[in-house]
Amino acid sequence: MNAIEVNHIIKNYGVKKNIVKALEDVSFDVREGELFGIIGPDGAGKTSLFRILTTLLLADQGTATVYGFDVVKNYKEIRKRVGYMPGKFSLYQDLTVEENLEFFAAIFNTSIKANYDLIKDIYVQIEPFKERRAGKLSGGMKQKLALCCALIHKPIVLFLDEPTTGVDAVSRKEFWEMLKDLKKQGISILVSTPYMDEAAMCDRVALMQSGKIMTVDTPENIIKEFKKPIWAVKSDEMYRLLTDLKKYDNTESCNSFGEFHHLVLKNEEGNKESVLHYLQEHQHKNIRIQQTQPNIEDCFMELMQE
Amino acid sequence: MKEIVIKADRLTKKFGDFIATNAISFEVEKGEIFGFLGANGAGKTTAMRMLCGLSIPSSGEASVAGFDVYKQTEKIKQSIGYMSQKFSLYEDLTVKENIRFYAGIYGMSRAAIKEKMAALLDQLQLTAEENALVKSLPLGWKQKLAFSVAILHEPKIVFLDEPTGGVDPVTRREFWNLIYEAAAKGITVFVTTHYMDEAEYCNRVSIMVDGKIEALDTPTNLKATFNAASMDEVFLQLARGAKRTAD
Repeated sequence: MNAIEVNHIIKNYGVKKNIVKALEDVSFDVREGELFGIIGPDGAGKTSLFRILTTLLLADQGTATVYGFDVVKNYKEIRKRVGYMPGKFSLYQDLTVEENLEFFAAIFNTSIKANYDLIKDIYVQIEPFKERRAGKLSGGMKQKLALCCALIHKPIVLFLDEPTTGVDAVSRKEFWEMLKDLKKQGISILVSTPYMDEAAMCDRVALMQSGKIMTVDTPENIIKEFKKPIWAVKSDEMYRLLTDLKKYDNTESCNSFGEFHHLVLKNEEGNKESVLHYLQEHQHKNIRIQQTQPNIEDCFMELMQE
Repeated sequence: MKEIVIKADRLTKKFGDFIATNAISFEVEKGEIFGFLGANGAGKTTAMRMLCGLSIPSSGEASVAGFDVYKQTEKIKQSIGYMSQKFSLYEDLTVKENIRFYAGIYGMSRAAIKEKMAALLDQLQLTAEENALVKSLPLGWKQKLAFSVAILHEPKIVFLDEPTGGVDPVTRREFWNLIYEAAAKGITVFVTTHYMDEAEYCNRVSIMVDGKIEALDTPTNLKATFNAASMDEVFLQLARGAKRTAD
């Protein structure tokens, strides 16, 4: 059985003139035990999707199931079985770390002790602060506490809506390590993120933009689908290089990627030398051109253009 | 001769026993894109608040646009622009109303606002949307509008606090083009980000760890110093050693 099935979900907000199409015919499946990522910027529709799947919002059209339970008809069954960590910190700020955890355990008729194994590795990191009110925790610790609270009733599916937004690079890496450990314990995980580089940490991802899923596949396959060669180009004046490369008549696309610009050519014939010649004509100094591998962001931008 | 627009000398802020910003010293030149990096809780926000004239330092010296951070905070506020991802524009005001409101707050005259308004709307291709509520605009447009509004009064320095968080990859790059254009016009850009590829777009980058600036150089030199392939690696090497995790 699939952990999650989403079929042709449509969700609009607003009325008549001001309709916002949050989800336009979204379909995908998450397999049992899979770590599945929804990758997309703000406004892609990630949160609407999460709220529909956690039975907190009704879709206008389409159906969805979580472990075979329908999100409308069997909402109570779903609520017993899933853990949900919303994008916005939603624990009780004026309860302590321990009180929050006890509260969520009690709601699900369980105790911290009963499922301690599942949260142990994460909880030990915040246990020294168990007397502290949740509102007084740092961002990273709040995130860990929220994850513990979402796990305390031993859910079969975990929904994590942008758990790493606004979190620094070190804490983000640590968080993904925690998710990998949870996956090993058999929990299916649906996680959303605006950080494209995090796609690599997932088994499969859906790339989402403006209410639509552009593609669903493993990160490796999505990258393989990018057929054209990419040239990494740099010179002493990177901004001028970017504008010059955009003006070049054989350029299909050119985008900055950190230290280099990624250049895709319309026509590959006589590629590298012609580009080099063009840039030398424009007085660029210390030019470097080398072929490079596409990453998820290259693929995302290409899909956006379609 | 190069013109220094931000100068900090052993700038420190304490909250009780806690030293949020611990004797940081650096200089930023006119027209420079200066990346201000650090883990959560490293002390970036505190440092930025002092530089924006919003928080009085505990000790040390600093001047921004030639004004002292202790005595001339109002002058500083008039010389800078500020934009963050969290707070940028009023959602319930229209595009035009936001521009007029911010330009007024930054002290521009009615005549100057009128003159700049049309040019700005045209440049952002927002003329057709001038009477639309900001909340109806896509995030990418909002961010570009917010940035343009923050530099409408032609400040010497613009402070950008995670301006591109959650923005799609195309818009993120378009946003950086606006930053480059502003810098080319001589506006100094002081920017924080969690995207390490964006650190590469800065002329120089400082990395804060536990209240101190642990590294400050061009991205190329930092990578050489830390023997790292990318800024991501440089950041991880430095930030992994952090002891503080407070916000």
